[in-house]
Amino acid sequence: MSFGRILRGVLLALVALFFLFPLVWVALMSFMTNADILRSPPSIVFTPTLENYAALIAGELSTNVGALKIDYMQNLLNSLILSACSVVLSLLLGVPAAYAFARFKFRLGENMAFTMLSFRFAPPLLVLLPLQLYFQDLGLSDTYVGLIWVYQLITLPLILWIVRGYFEDISEDIENAYRLDGHSWLRTFLKIAVPLARPGIAAAALLAFIFAWNNFIFALILGSSSIQPVTVGALAFITASGINYGQIAAALVLSILPTLALALYAQRYLVEGLSLGAVKG
Amino acid sequence: MATITANTAPRTRRRAGPGLLPYLLSLPALLVTIGILIPFATAVYYSLQRYNLAFPAGRRMIWLDNFVALFSDGRFWGTIQVSLTYTVLTVGVQLLLGLGIALLLVRRTLVNDLMSVLLILPLMVAPAIASLMWKLMTNPNFGILSYFANSLGFTDFRWASDPSTAMFTVVLVDTWVYTPFIAILLLAGLRALPRQPFEAAELDGVPRSFVFFRITLPMLLPYILTASLFRMLDSIQQFDIVYAMTQGGPGDRLMLFQVRAYLEAFTFTNIGRSAAILMVLWAITFALSNIFIKQWLRLRARAHGRA
Repeated sequence: MSFGRILRGVLLALVALFFLFPLVWVALMSFMTNADILRSPPSIVFTPTLENYAALIAGELSTNVGALKIDYMQNLLNSLILSACSVVLSLLLGVPAAYAFARFKFRLGENMAFTMLSFRFAPPLLVLLPLQLYFQDLGLSDTYVGLIWVYQLITLPLILWIVRGYFEDISEDIENAYRLDGHSWLRTFLKIAVPLARPGIAAAALLAFIFAWNNFIFALILGSSSIQPVTVGALAFITASGINYGQIAAALVLSILPTLALALYAQRYLVEGLSLGAVKG
Repeated sequence: MATITANTAPRTRRRAGPGLLPYLLSLPALLVTIGILIPFATAVYYSLQRYNLAFPAGRRMIWLDNFVALFSDGRFWGTIQVSLTYTVLTVGVQLLLGLGIALLLVRRTLVNDLMSVLLILPLMVAPAIASLMWKLMTNPNFGILSYFANSLGFTDFRWASDPSTAMFTVVLVDTWVYTPFIAILLLAGLRALPRQPFEAAELDGVPRSFVFFRITLPMLLPYILTASLFRMLDSIQQFDIVYAMTQGGPGDRLMLFQVRAYLEAFTFTNIGRSAAILMVLWAITFALSNIFIKQWLRLRARAHGRA
């Protein structure tokens, strides 16, 4: 029996090591000077420095060939703008649609719902390739509006299908009772259905934000440096030669902190969101 | 993207004649969606054309010639092979590892609950960023993993830059990011299983291996299928991890479908050929997603108490 317990402990430790070590190590690197990073053998005993973060915030990176101006804060801001606006738009579009799919059986309803779901599984490049050419004609390339529109491919199916599940779980009787009191349909939707589904809506919104933030390929193809999010910005960073390694690590840490914080906050709903509402946590 | 129809569970009776309301409610979402369906149709059209941005004058319909050219090109067969290898390796490894972790964490103890929360962290890192993190750790000059490999006797272990270990390296990164997905899905599945069969087996003194293979595994199967299909759909389309790590190299070693299509379109400006590659990929994902959605609907009905 005690052998089993020891084995369990060892396995747990190995799992923790594999999944957490990269995060811990990169976080440590972000507080190291280049000299500390290049030391061999590597050591976790070092004098932590905030220089890497200071350089990133100032937008002046020290390299071995002099100072380099990279506005990484703009990348962070772009990620925030793109993700937040995409989620808000998806909520405005998706919540009423989710309600329609949950409450009414109407012609083409299921077809529409499944069409939107199928976007989640189609190769993104298939859409991006023509869009990139269209966007140049429409003047949408390199605009927030264009990217936010395409981000709906990620955020809309997620919000639609999670929120739909929540609406389906609400008893129709409550709404009907309220309607019998002479309230309009719209009032019922806003005063009864939406508040009851609020936990689901909030969870879906947080997850959609995380997925939008983590997206890479859309902005890689449709956005140039001025509107690029952190995922694409960080890549440019690592390929530019001579940037201090600690600064790269700090940039990576800054890019993942927001999503990690949100995920921990929303972890109760994560299972449901990740499975698009198929499994409850 | 085509429409996938499916029969959902029977619903409660609706009130007569909602009329136009449901259409009005879903119309805005539909309009945004249609904006995305148009490019899809265009992509089909491109795949039937000779269309290279560098030679706009040579653009014309060539029908299936792009596809004929693809399937008689050894490099495209290489892409198919690399993509399948990547998919089988990532899904296989992650399924075994994820199942193991889920079984390890199934009892609700403080440590296990803490672990299952911490486990979601890698999953929340953008795959492209995860790749860059591992790139820092496998750097030959200062990477901590290069140092470990060196001290273990692998003196010239070059991770993603060596053709013989490149696949191993990106599968490792994919495993780091996505194993938690399978683990937490299966963990939720394990905890949702009815207790009676296990209690009965314990009373009868049934051996644990028998319980696992004859009770746990069959009952968990819908969750395993859903999680694997989900991951398969992502893996066959993988782009972020490989592009951020090596852009498909060294050589053609990691030239997955979307990576090749990306390079065809944006490096070689060959839009027609790139669209044809993506159509082949789309056909695969369409077939997979049909199977997936059936599985997913079944689980969804169960989770919402309608099965």
